Amino acid sequence: MAKRIEADNVTAYYGNFRAIDSVSMVIERKSVTALIGPSGCGKSTFLRSINRMHEVIPGARVEGSINVDGHNVYDKDVDVTAVRRMIGMVFQRPNPFPTMSIFDNVVAGLKLQGVRRKGELQVAAEKALRGANLWEEVKDRLDKPGAGLSGGQQQRLCIARAIAVEPQVVLMDEPCSALDPISTLAIEDLIGELKDSYTIVIVTHNMQQAARVSDKTAFFSLEKTGEPGRLVEYDDTQKIFTNPSEKRTEDYITGRFG
Amino acid sequence: MTDGDMNRPANTGPSVLPAQRTSENSFAGLGGVSSPDTAADEFSPRTALPSVEVPTRTAPAPAPDVTDAPGEPLPRKRRVGGEGYFKAVTTVGGSAVLAIIAAIALFLIVEAIPSLRANKENFFSYLKWNPNPLDDAHFGIASLAFGTVLSAAIALLVAVPIALGIALYLSHYANKRVATILGFAVDLLAAVPSVVFGLWGREYFAGPVTDFSVWLNKYLGWIPLFSSETGFGHSVLLGSLVLAIMILPIVTSLSREVFMQTPREHEEAAMALGATKWEVIRTAVLPYGRPGIVASVMLGLGRALGETIALAMTLGSSFLISWSVVEPGGNTIAANIANSFGEANQQGRSALIASGLVLFAITLIVNMSARAIVRRRKKFLAAAAT
Amino acid sequence: MTTLTITDTGAQLKARRLPKWAPWAIGAAAIAVGLGGVTYAADGGPVIGAIVAALLYFIALVVISTAVEGARSAKNRAASALIGSAFVLALLPLLSVAATTISRGLTRLDGDFFYRSMNGITAFDAGGGAYHAILGTLEQVGIAVLITVPLGLSGAIYIVEYGRGRLAKWIQFFVDVMTGIPSIVAGLFVLSFWVMIISPLFNDGRPAYSGFAASLALSVLMLPTIVRSAEEMLRLVPNSLREGAYALGIPKWRAILKIVIPTALPGIVTGVMLAVARAAGETAPVMLVAGGAFAINGNPFSGQQTSLSLFIYDQAGTASQYAPARAWTAALTLVALVLLFTVVAKLIARRSKLTR
Repeated sequence: MAKRIEADNVTAYYGNFRAIDSVSMVIERKSVTALIGPSGCGKSTFLRSINRMHEVIPGARVEGSINVDGHNVYDKDVDVTAVRRMIGMVFQRPNPFPTMSIFDNVVAGLKLQGVRRKGELQVAAEKALRGANLWEEVKDRLDKPGAGLSGGQQQRLCIARAIAVEPQVVLMDEPCSALDPISTLAIEDLIGELKDSYTIVIVTHNMQQAARVSDKTAFFSLEKTGEPGRLVEYDDTQKIFTNPSEKRTEDYITGRFG
Repeated sequence: MTDGDMNRPANTGPSVLPAQRTSENSFAGLGGVSSPDTAADEFSPRTALPSVEVPTRTAPAPAPDVTDAPGEPLPRKRRVGGEGYFKAVTTVGGSAVLAIIAAIALFLIVEAIPSLRANKENFFSYLKWNPNPLDDAHFGIASLAFGTVLSAAIALLVAVPIALGIALYLSHYANKRVATILGFAVDLLAAVPSVVFGLWGREYFAGPVTDFSVWLNKYLGWIPLFSSETGFGHSVLLGSLVLAIMILPIVTSLSREVFMQTPREHEEAAMALGATKWEVIRTAVLPYGRPGIVASVMLGLGRALGETIALAMTLGSSFLISWSVVEPGGNTIAANIANSFGEANQQGRSALIASGLVLFAITLIVNMSARAIVRRRKKFLAAAAT
Repeated sequence: MTTLTITDTGAQLKARRLPKWAPWAIGAAAIAVGLGGVTYAADGGPVIGAIVAALLYFIALVVISTAVEGARSAKNRAASALIGSAFVLALLPLLSVAATTISRGLTRLDGDFFYRSMNGITAFDAGGGAYHAILGTLEQVGIAVLITVPLGLSGAIYIVEYGRGRLAKWIQFFVDVMTGIPSIVAGLFVLSFWVMIISPLFNDGRPAYSGFAASLALSVLMLPTIVRSAEEMLRLVPNSLREGAYALGIPKWRAILKIVIPTALPGIVTGVMLAVARAAGETAPVMLVAGGAFAINGNPFSGQQTSLSLFIYDQAGTASQYAPARAWTAALTLVALVLLFTVVAKLIARRSKLTR
């Protein structure tokens, strides 16, 4: 069961530098939300704030609240690891564990949670790999190193790894930026399928991609370098790309800046 | 091969050369040799063609041009000059290392032979060390080799877990400032000379270790390691613990470096799966660092096997094969060289050199395997990166 | 979105955690039981008491954490506790060595120690000093630096700038291997090569122990360290700098001498100083080839010499009530010397603009 995310006045810092300033938005369950904007606008920072990955960088911290079905993940007594299990993440560069086989990569999260029974792991691995459209390609070589796959396959492996623990939300941080067009297409198709079961938030530099895959789009921007990024406009993707209400959004989308 | 081995862009045919040269000349006017920084910044990869190469490439075929008068021929490459001498000097410097290692092996063998000829016992199986009588030399390294391996093994057993703990603490637990200060403290530990550790071990540390030995013997004396028939004191345990303290910084600093190299992406991948800190270390850091850990342990082992003066000062120097680590005794090849050198005559020295040759061979093997592991790791990482 | 899902999410997110003070309380209890109970009740002494306390702390922490927070969190706590205690365990000997060396070394830290030798000092005399030993250390290490710096630097230049193919690979590999050669083997090598074979040619056929022989042995130990560190620093010099120089028409060897080496200089100096620090502390090789001495001998090429570290070893083995104090003061001096070099080396390294 996917979750709904409400961000309320989220402000994120790297040391003294304010990266994003009071971002508030509501992300509906079982939808694909794209975060777009020029470099340094804070869209990745915002994404990483959702599952508290922002704070793993030394000196980084977040103010405001992010509520998942009404529960603030930044509450004092919340277990960070539980947040990250509930909200999975796929990174910009495919990052399978280099020392593990394909199979071990997929079930890494489950093993961490104490699942030890081989049968259970096998079922989960197949389910996740099928979910990531990778099963047919790797089913004969599950014991081979994950690092031996192509870039696109590695990224789908990482998606499989993320969904194997059955999260409620999947965050994707420019998942296709390191991939070729064919692999990108495969991932985009996959995103379309995944939204039936998960709430998906995706950061992308590619506006066509945002237009193709997302239901809603949030445009982030910054006044100038050194200023914090802000949420400029957040609306249905259709509207953002055809009839944005903000001039700056229009400029960005039509390629006049950024 | 004097100039020809520099990196150059592949696409520079002779036809672009005139333009190339003028642009270089103008650059040369802008940035002087005295300011390499600015010069380096201004050169794009294309213009970075080493100009000294130009003559060799164009000399055979100056493009025939009808309109312009043929210019002066380009200067030819000089075969002999500063470059050649300089390269020769550095080659000699580099080869010195190979020469020294070969010389070590050669001279140790040459000097060891006379005593080995005079020896009336099997060098590898005899326990005692009595090489000085000219016509009646009896010596072997069996007990010394046993003692060397035993004390090194105990030292590793104690030092490695602690060293890995410290390395993880410095790389993943302590904040940056604390890690810097504490890392410095570990470096200081590495800088303390072994003779000072020996002095400390003999004059001070022997006390608590003896107390501890008595206690171990009282409650665990039924284990051969902790049994004692001759009392307590300068024992294998004391020597090994001093040794452990000495190899700690070596293992720590190398494995710390390996742990810090763990790619952020791998750690973040584990975190994003909801791993606790320890689980991140277990899934991402330790598997990645395993070859590095093995190599650092091997280096520590090499150091432990070769340590001389601290052990000469803390071990009881016996020539027995005894499993007890608490009773006075213990000896190593290196410590025996230091202890027996003073009273050795020419033949005795030759015998000590023979034992040193064995030590050299052992440490050579250990170090070479450690380096081979590190090298394999590099290849492994290169393969994983593609 | 039903109320049911809300409670569900909340329960999933909020883990039961031990209060912040819990580990401290467990620690205090463990120390009380360990030190109080074992040290005094079971005749163990403070060392064993501390070990028992640490074990108790560890076990109690794991049991309580497993009960309250679950196995994963308990494992995490156990790992943190172990890793933290490893650190304390390593700091203890460092502090002990420092404290002992300083407190016992101060007793003879007087003018005599630095201005007199051991010439004519018997086991019953209190005075005596290490002037001859300090002089020996400085001369031996100084000559070793003169030998190894040009050799090591040119070796590093070969590896980084010229070395291609098999020879360079072998040199690199054996530089690494050579760093692991035990110092006693280096001493034996110089003993068999210089003292027993070459030096008799200049000494009427008798082997001559000398400070220079010690320098040779120390050189064998310093060379790989210097090559390694210089090699590493040269590699850090950005290629754009070299290419910039080549593009100005400067021959490669001049570019290396005028641009690459000056850029890498702070790092190279650091490496040399660390090698010096290590060499100054070596005892075994000096003992084998310098012969040891009680009187001042300023000539490293003729006659036996001692060094500060060998002085410590000799005094520690001398049967005299005054010898240990001399050994400790020499140890304090040696540690101060070595640390000075180490700290200065690190400071220079910090100022270097090249970073890894």
